[in-house]
Amino acid sequence: MGEAVVRVIVNGESREATVEPRLTLADFLREECHLTGTHLGCEHGVCGACTVLVNGAAVRSCLMLAVQAEGTEITTIEGIANSDGTLSAVQQAFREAHGLQCGFCTPGFVISVTAFLRDHPEPSDQSIREALSGNLCRCTGYQGIINAVRLAAGTVGEDRTTGAIT
Amino acid sequence: MAIEAAHEAETGSVTGARFVGQRVARVEDARFLTGHGRFVDDIAVPGVLHAAFARSDVARGTITSIDTTVAQAMPGVAAVFVANDLNDLGHDYLPDGEAAHGRHRPFRVLAGGDVRCVGEPIVMVVADSRYLAEDAIDTIEIGIESSPPLLKRERALDSDAPIVHTGAPSNLYGEIPAEENPDLEAVLALAPVVLTETFHQHRYATVPMETRGIVARWEPGPDELTVWISTQGPHGVRSLMARMLGLKDTQVRVIMPDVGGAFGLKMNPRQEELAVVFATRLLGRPVKWIQDRRENLLCDDHAREDQATVTMATDDQGVLLGAKVDFLEGAGAFPAAFSSATVFSSRLFPGPYRFSAFSASAQTVHTNTSGRGSYRGPWMFETVAREQMMDCLAAKLGIDPLELRRRNVLGEADMPYAMAGGFVYDQMTAAETLEQAAEMIGYDEFREQQRAWRAEGRLVGIGIGLLVEPTAMAHAFMATDGAVVRIGPNGQADVFTSVASHGQSLETTIAQVVADELGLDVAQVRVVQGDTAATPFGPGTGGSRSAVVPSSAARIAAQEVRSHMIAIVAHVLEASPDDLEIVDGRVQVIGTPTRGMTIAEVAAKAYTEPASLPEGVPLGLEAQSRFTPGSFCTWANACHICVVEVDPATGAVEILRYVVSEDCGVMINPNVVEGQIAGGVVQGIGGVLYEHLPYDDAGNPLATTFVDYLLPTAAEVPEIEYGHIETHAPTNPGGHKGLGEGGAIAAPPAVINAVADALAPLGAQVRSQPLGPADVVALIEAASARTS
Repeated sequence: MGEAVVRVIVNGESREATVEPRLTLADFLREECHLTGTHLGCEHGVCGACTVLVNGAAVRSCLMLAVQAEGTEITTIEGIANSDGTLSAVQQAFREAHGLQCGFCTPGFVISVTAFLRDHPEPSDQSIREALSGNLCRCTGYQGIINAVRLAAGTVGEDRTTGAIT
Repeated sequence: MAIEAAHEAETGSVTGARFVGQRVARVEDARFLTGHGRFVDDIAVPGVLHAAFARSDVARGTITSIDTTVAQAMPGVAAVFVANDLNDLGHDYLPDGEAAHGRHRPFRVLAGGDVRCVGEPIVMVVADSRYLAEDAIDTIEIGIESSPPLLKRERALDSDAPIVHTGAPSNLYGEIPAEENPDLEAVLALAPVVLTETFHQHRYATVPMETRGIVARWEPGPDELTVWISTQGPHGVRSLMARMLGLKDTQVRVIMPDVGGAFGLKMNPRQEELAVVFATRLLGRPVKWIQDRRENLLCDDHAREDQATVTMATDDQGVLLGAKVDFLEGAGAFPAAFSSATVFSSRLFPGPYRFSAFSASAQTVHTNTSGRGSYRGPWMFETVAREQMMDCLAAKLGIDPLELRRRNVLGEADMPYAMAGGFVYDQMTAAETLEQAAEMIGYDEFREQQRAWRAEGRLVGIGIGLLVEPTAMAHAFMATDGAVVRIGPNGQADVFTSVASHGQSLETTIAQVVADELGLDVAQVRVVQGDTAATPFGPGTGGSRSAVVPSSAARIAAQEVRSHMIAIVAHVLEASPDDLEIVDGRVQVIGTPTRGMTIAEVAAKAYTEPASLPEGVPLGLEAQSRFTPGSFCTWANACHICVVEVDPATGAVEILRYVVSEDCGVMINPNVVEGQIAGGVVQGIGGVLYEHLPYDDAGNPLATTFVDYLLPTAAEVPEIEYGHIETHAPTNPGGHKGLGEGGAIAAPPAVINAVADALAPLGAQVRSQPLGPADVVALIEAASARTS
């Protein structure tokens, strides 16, 4: 099987490796870059645990080949915290709202939410739920995750669905 | 809100604690949020080989040929194993606490001779990478002559049913035979109201986001095995691996890294993990296997798949007089754990209700399908069937389901109560949670509003699920948990716990308990778990035991360390121990805080100035404890009520409101309590409305990806509202009760009953699940056919 060179910038650092064309971006990040925070929950593009930012867009790294990422800039969960090492607003909100339990799906959620709130700084509750629907969590029942997004967006207390039925 | 205020007041009065009862942010989160969790797939062991399996695509048949010649010659392939290479290497395959149930069911790592369900592993390839191992698997040719499989549990005991396990007299895996109960028969003969119904529950599964996985390294020379495994308890894995390989426990070290959810699935290792251990032993090189999602859905432990025929009798006012239940459970071909129906469900069935005439029978049967395994409340069908039956009874009597429950429910005033299944409840607030949940959801107002909606043709319904949760079962190898608490010379504490947290937040909640006892900040207490070389023996997480058993062990060990600190400072200051307190890291004289020592000073003295310690106080600051609760079960209870709307055209069910009133005793961390409830509730909602593992007529599983197996997402789930009632559990010093499983137990009947209530005006009868759109449309059409 032929091999190809991949040159990418991952979390601000240049990486170059010679890989098989069939190597997924997820396996490239995990095995070549030793960035194991990107998790594989299904390897068929549904669960979202492997979500990373490729040129700013949230992408499922299990569905992309490493060679397709040639020349791009990638951000993984390891590169999401603020430059001084403190948690980003999204990470901090997940912590405050008990938005994670086992932590396996968490990197994918944090990445997806980071991209979502960048593009939709004032989301409605409905749009939060729709945005989160591409990531699966089996522990939290999504309650803490939805609250974390509200918290990070500064929309806590608005537009809630409990109490009244219309 | 009043409920919240009430619980805070009560928590304060019960514990007087700084951290217990508070919504302390989790210790675990720092690593998970930054990508620094370390799961089994992240473990890097030099020289590791990767395993993959060729599996049966036939449900029942004879293996006629296996050709692995191409695979064996492929570059990078280290070994190819078939049944004969591995199956006879093991000595004993029974996990801790499992008796030799089902003697006709063989244990085998790889299928040899025949196959008994789709997905059974037949060939194992070990290669330099996962990619190469799977390439090699693709070249393996396996011939199987198929024969008609047994797929339906209802057919398993027919005289002409295919026998799943060759040589067995029948497909019966276990049973509680029906017994004559003259008292009950007399009740049933005379009662004014007697109703019999049969309820069905479909097959669904745990599906943790992290699949199974293992890295095993056998080191020839020292002859030691190290295993990193995604598990619920490393000590049980160690015992099993040692027995299986004929090793001493001391030759086996098991490490549980971070674990991405389990829900019962990872109680026991399965064939593939044992095959990996054999492979490393044979090859003398480390071997790794990470299950993929297809394997997880295709052939890992499945769950639920139950039916029950229930007869209940009441007087003409709806007061329960007696009940009879007969369970039938599908165990699949190779169940992971013994039956729920024949062990626990049958005894728990009476639940939160007051009646004494009762009998239960149960059968568990093999079929040519994936084996049954534990899933969050494995026995839960007793609650599902009973709560559905209460609504059926209410309909027959013309009494509202809430009112019928009120007439029969047990509450604090009834305690202690010898329930009909043979257990004695020492504590129960089912009545109190029923009232709290009904008030939270505005039950009476809903009923009024519902009449108006029904007049408009809207199908809106309400459903109740009332639950008694047997938590912290203290039995056999689950009887105890241990802890070691150690304050080091610098004054910070390590807690070595026997438990194995993987989402339950125990690194935080145990630290809260210990920090309160030691007068330290939570940040100065570190919980160490998951390594048999470092931690005390224990069964791991399971059975909702962690707040009760291991937390109490940690609490008691911490209390002992605290008493050592007090004794040392009393000696140094020549004060009475009774006059000392520990506040914010200082041991000091009550009322004269300037007289005292920091914990770091006490610790330094305890380790480095042995001559200055008082007589009788051990050197250092360390204590160990092993705890067993005061009774077999610590009983928790909850009431779930939800409101749903059904779209009559599409059959789609939307949950409009969902409330839970829970009594889990004294809460250590309300965030964690509510997180556990929410996770369980959404698993229960998913089970009823979305998740299903069907088979086709040939025995092929039809849901093997997340495109077919539908987990709930954030778009579907309701906002869950919580009420808390805190009664101090008598079984443990902190007064805690478990609650990890209840959400997944009580949510299904609440949702089912709400859908049934919504459909009631149409005359639809809901006796089975799932309740996906097509199922609901079929119910509506069946009702319409009956009435026209």
